[in-house]
Amino acid sequence: MLKYSIKRLLQSLVTVFIVITLVFLLMRLLPEEGYFGDGYDKLTPEQRENILRKFGLLDPWYIQLRNFYSSLLKGDLGKSIIYRPDVPVIDIIKLKIPFSAAFGLAAICVSLFFGLTMGIHMARNKGRFWDKVWSSYVVFINAVPAAVYLLFIQLYITGLKFRGRSIFPMLFNRHDPRSWILPLISMSLGGIAGYALWMRRYMVDQLNQDYIRLARAKGMSDKQIMVKHVMRNAFVPMAQYLPASVLLTISGSIYIESLYSIPGMGGLLVDVIQRQDNVMVQALVLIYSTLGIWGLFLGDILMAIFDPRIRLEKREGAR
Amino acid sequence: MSQKEQQVIQAIEDEALFTFAEYDPEAAERVGYSDYSYWGSTLKIFLKNKTAIFLLALMASLILFTTIQPYLPNQKSPTKIHVDPATGHPLRNQKPSNEYWFGTNVIGQDLWARIWSGTRTSLLIAIIVGIWEVGFGIFIGAVWGYVRQIDAFMTEAYNVINNVPTTILLMLLAYILRPSFRTMVIAMCATGWLGMARFVRNQIVIIRDREYNLASRCLGTPTSRIITKNLLPYLVSVIVMRIALSIPGTIGWEVFLTYIGLGLPIDTPSLGNLLNEGRQVMMAPALRYQLVFPAVVLSVITISFYVLGNAFADASDPRNHY
Repeated sequence: MLKYSIKRLLQSLVTVFIVITLVFLLMRLLPEEGYFGDGYDKLTPEQRENILRKFGLLDPWYIQLRNFYSSLLKGDLGKSIIYRPDVPVIDIIKLKIPFSAAFGLAAICVSLFFGLTMGIHMARNKGRFWDKVWSSYVVFINAVPAAVYLLFIQLYITGLKFRGRSIFPMLFNRHDPRSWILPLISMSLGGIAGYALWMRRYMVDQLNQDYIRLARAKGMSDKQIMVKHVMRNAFVPMAQYLPASVLLTISGSIYIESLYSIPGMGGLLVDVIQRQDNVMVQALVLIYSTLGIWGLFLGDILMAIFDPRIRLEKREGAR
Repeated sequence: MSQKEQQVIQAIEDEALFTFAEYDPEAAERVGYSDYSYWGSTLKIFLKNKTAIFLLALMASLILFTTIQPYLPNQKSPTKIHVDPATGHPLRNQKPSNEYWFGTNVIGQDLWARIWSGTRTSLLIAIIVGIWEVGFGIFIGAVWGYVRQIDAFMTEAYNVINNVPTTILLMLLAYILRPSFRTMVIAMCATGWLGMARFVRNQIVIIRDREYNLASRCLGTPTSRIITKNLLPYLVSVIVMRIALSIPGTIGWEVFLTYIGLGLPIDTPSLGNLLNEGRQVMMAPALRYQLVFPAVVLSVITISFYVLGNAFADASDPRNHY
């Protein structure tokens, strides 16, 4: 187990290194306007050159890369240029992460609970009425772009009125719990569909397997089979993706946070891209992609804990 | 030698009990023959799915209609701003009427014409991206699966690329390249093939050494026959399904990129652009038709292709054949 973990850790470190370097090099392709802040047009070519020199952008790329890594190791992601001039990126995102993380984690819990329940219900009623009802829900959510149904949920459900007052407020307000409900539901819809579809497929698959037949022949009850065999096995593949989705909750949901004006991370990347704040773009892309890698690493470790077979086999990355 | 074995040997030597059969090619065929045909079975199962048939007809007529719509009589230009001849003011936010079937938008363009023009744009992007995804994805996937020496390297490369969330990759590309029809297609082509390549690679690795392929090879079946009869049926179904499913996917990405302001320029109608325009006026209940019409058309298209893709995948999976 230890050997496997260390091997995976080293592998992840290498991946992180490669990704960071690639992101850095990719960022050199960003439009230069993103380094000047407001008043780009008023600057003379000399002034522009001075600013670029101040950022070290006129150095050869390998020196830039070295400087970049040395400041990164000190935990310095740079300062925002346009979004909030001269404020360190860390300070900006520190205020926003709690909102995104809270909504994201709550949404994961909600979608896990309802998604798995729905999936089990579908598998039990395979081919019958409820299976079809839930299947059409899954098809709808998977096929229609999220923007469409999220817009309509906000548009029509916030319009519902009870005694002349609307039940769900249109915009998020951190002191009003009623305004938390719709964003949470909207955020969970996709997850519910995903987990339900997966759980249904998994259960239909597993229930035909020999070990289930054996368990039934031994006289185990359906409930015991579900809890001790099917659910336990079902958790293994899920364990692989859970850590990544938990870590990436801090990136927030772009649609939902912008629709309900939640001051989270969701729209931040879009915002800084539109306002061409290159330092912020770079910092955010770095954070998200690094988190993704660590998420997969933790997922593999978690999976190895739950499934002893994995440690013994050679890992095949693309499965 | 035991007594029993001696008896057996004697029995074998006894010509009366054991004779070689005459070789009869017809008799050999009779055992091995079945009238199973892959495409026949696929078609048979697909035709049983009434919903899929209906949607197939719907989408076929929709594609036909969007193609010929501009040449039909009484169609308006999707970008022309209509002006009231009496006052000289543009006809903004006209309700759906006999003249403007889906009404006009905030600057007085005909929504009916814009929706079909937008459908054309979006479907064109989706089909280009889908075909590229499948072509390039299969090529890379096949090389990845067959050439064992590069498998480890490709797997690592895949892990690196796959670790960066698609959203971010797409946003970055759209940012660096600046919005236009071409960059939109390039950005989506750059990200979409990855899943396909991995899928094909896995399929090839799994199927390559399956017992029935091993058996075929041992029996001296030519490689071309192994490919067409053993491998291709697995892949063809996936290919068509992927094209069908990449259409809702691509339309979804287009809507997303437009939503965050990195979509097509506003003078090119697309379903994403129309939805975005509708969103901007949705707070006025009287103008909601500008959001509802594009949303309905878009949802019908994405759901149809999604259901069709899945129906075809089910029908073409040899395990569902009987």
